[in-house]
Amino acid sequence: MTDGPAPVLAAELIRWSWVGDHLDDIRDALVQHIELTGLALLFGLLLAFPLALAAVQWPRLYGPILGFAGVLFTIPSLALFILLIPFTGLQIQTALIGLTIYTLLILVRNMVEGLRGVDRDVREAAQAMGYTRARQLFQVELPLALPVIIAGVRIATVTTIGLVTVTALIGWGGLGQLFINGFTLNFPTPIVVGIVLSALLAFTADLLLVGLQQRLTPWARSGGR
Amino acid sequence: MGVVNDVVAWLTDPAQWSGPDGIPVRTLQHLYYSLLATAIAGAIALPIGIYIGHTGRGALFAVNLTNLGRAIPSLGIIILMFTLVGFGLVPVLVALVALAVPPIVTNSYVGVRSVDRDVRDAAEGMGMRGRQVLWQVELPVATPLIMAGIRTSAVQVVATATLAAYVGLGGLGRYLIDGLSQRDLPQVVGGAILVAVLSLLTELVLGRVQTLVVPRGLAGQGADAAVRAKVEKAA
Repeated sequence: MTDGPAPVLAAELIRWSWVGDHLDDIRDALVQHIELTGLALLFGLLLAFPLALAAVQWPRLYGPILGFAGVLFTIPSLALFILLIPFTGLQIQTALIGLTIYTLLILVRNMVEGLRGVDRDVREAAQAMGYTRARQLFQVELPLALPVIIAGVRIATVTTIGLVTVTALIGWGGLGQLFINGFTLNFPTPIVVGIVLSALLAFTADLLLVGLQQRLTPWARSGGR
Repeated sequence: MGVVNDVVAWLTDPAQWSGPDGIPVRTLQHLYYSLLATAIAGAIALPIGIYIGHTGRGALFAVNLTNLGRAIPSLGIIILMFTLVGFGLVPVLVALVALAVPPIVTNSYVGVRSVDRDVRDAAEGMGMRGRQVLWQVELPVATPLIMAGIRTSAVQVVATATLAAYVGLGGLGRYLIDGLSQRDLPQVVGGAILVAVLSLLTELVLGRVQTLVVPRGLAGQGADAAVRAKVEKAA
């Protein structure tokens, strides 16, 4: 209860002059935030797709893959980032690998569940029409699984945007850097800016993905959750 | 693998297992913050979620709350509250409660709401009133989902309580934060392992509790899988 900072007035939450003076820093932090999120999602999708296909093709792998994913997901993000440091140091790879692992877990689960949720009759109809396995996958199963897959992408995106801020503790962080700035200066404005922008970023990304889903799956109007 | 040996040495050092900085004390602090935050969150979220589920009013809010909650950066909330109210438990509790409320609201809403129409009708046909239907039918049937929500929140809270150390509190996060600033890799990695283990144990223990509190009539029949499917649909 001793050397805490002096409480500041709520009126001091945001000092616009600071925002005006630091627009470049804020923009850089936002750009880094978007880059980290985008790259993590990209790598996550690239890795999740073959894993999900394997799990659908060989159902015996499904349990182990999901179990392993569940265990990894339970590990606190800061702990995961730190456990990677011995291998990758305090570099951007550490942040990126950790973030990718989290997206992977969500994406694989939803891809597998989406693909498995395709109606048996639909599958059999495709087979009866003489579709090859690959054609059946890309023209029938994937489109039908898309709402569930995109639901996974939405969760992964919003979660990653939040997790990026934690990488500030290992030297990255995008908008999370503003939290550290505010903490060091004992000054709330950068923190408020960081929270508001990362929440706005999450909402915007989520809305864009909902829009994307509606364009890609016009037949599933009520899906989208 | 020098790092591995150093970490093992750090974890097995008897000095690490006693005193106010020892692993047992840090673990208890960690559990204390987590338990307090989850209890407060439950006290706030359960009535809201159950009310919305029972009446159907505010359903959109309940369904979307979990998504909204994910967008809130906990580290930012902790640090902001710290600059506003200073050192203490409050900044951490605010962030952890904000993290824990949404899944509990959403799950208890979905749990109560998804009670079979016929079951509800049967209860009403037997002459039960609104409140009796809620307490004797809807809540027992909703227990698996309500517990799943509490479990989700509790695991997230244990994971996030690590950040309490950043604003000077205790808990297992101390090893991570102190180790990072002292560039003491064995301590950092050892601490990270401890936090990971504690999170996994929380998940396992609450999973066990969940199967214990679920009414016997609902147990078995792959209740867990059904619960997950429902939660995912809701989220």
